[in-house]
Amino acid sequence: MLAIGTRAPEFALYASPYQKMRLSELRGSKVILSFYPADWSPVCGDQMNLYNEMEKYFIRHHAQMIGISVDSRWCHAAFTEHNGFHFPLLADFEPKGAVARQYKVYDNEAGQCQRALYVLDEQAIIRWNYLSPVGINPGADGILNALEQLDN
Amino acid sequence: MKQLMPAVNSSDHIYGNKRALIELVEYGDYQCLYCGRAYPLIKNMQKELGPHLKVVYRNFPLSKSHPYAFAAAIAAEAAALQDKFWEMHDTVFENQEILNIDSLIDFAEMIGLNLEKFKQDIQKKVLADKVERDFESGLRSGVNKIPSFYINGNKYEGNWEEGGLFNYLKSKMAEIAIF
Repeated sequence: MLAIGTRAPEFALYASPYQKMRLSELRGSKVILSFYPADWSPVCGDQMNLYNEMEKYFIRHHAQMIGISVDSRWCHAAFTEHNGFHFPLLADFEPKGAVARQYKVYDNEAGQCQRALYVLDEQAIIRWNYLSPVGINPGADGILNALEQLDN
Repeated sequence: MKQLMPAVNSSDHIYGNKRALIELVEYGDYQCLYCGRAYPLIKNMQKELGPHLKVVYRNFPLSKSHPYAFAAAIAAEAAALQDKFWEMHDTVFENQEILNIDSLIDFAEMIGLNLEKFKQDIQKKVLADKVERDFESGLRSGVNKIPSFYINGNKYEGNWEEGGLFNYLKSKMAEIAIF
């Protein structure tokens, strides 16, 4: 993973079928980048549904949750609609996994993102990172602790 | 290993012997089918382990996926104000397939609550605050799916179905009894 204290690399990825999102658009907010293997898989569904319940905690800490996988924008749109997600899922689709590679969380063998978290401060500096075993949803305790430390 | 935060305390609903060797905390959602499946398993463990097991239930409603989960949690907290938390908890899980806002009132009647008081209590902010505090404690304890279980303060990461949790509790009990 990229080290704590590193500036998070800029990217522009589709956040919906017709619109790209740039990391730099979020300057001034804390950002949680949640790289995950695949839409529709059981563990990823649990993990994204958990984050979806946490909207008010993210608002409290002025933080934006972002999910990133190699699934396409249309796949993300269907997954989002099915689950009623309130935060964007970005499509690291073409070139496949390019952003995950930049963030050093790409699994070459499986051809998908690892299950990895980064918390960035308002200036997009990485302040916390965590690589989870692929089959385990890391929960939210680490993210909450990181956000609280940034606020203190 | 992820730890229960905060530890079991006076605001918790505790079933069984308070000094039991084994303390099982469940984070659950009344509308979650897996929690519904865990319910009879836990009942059975209570029967088998008797005074050696105490059970604590904390609310972890996934409100965005389960529209009645939060209301059901409030109903159980309101029942607790009439000393009938576990009666409501059990009734909801036993009738999960018909759970909705109206059925919660029926359940309150079934378990013999004072309905006027129940209807007033479910509006109280303190109950919503309690449910949200439970939820937040779950986040801090590392709940990553529901149900999530904590045994004597430590998160149980194994399979809880097919006897997995029961066997683990029995082995834990044997371990503690020896020392």
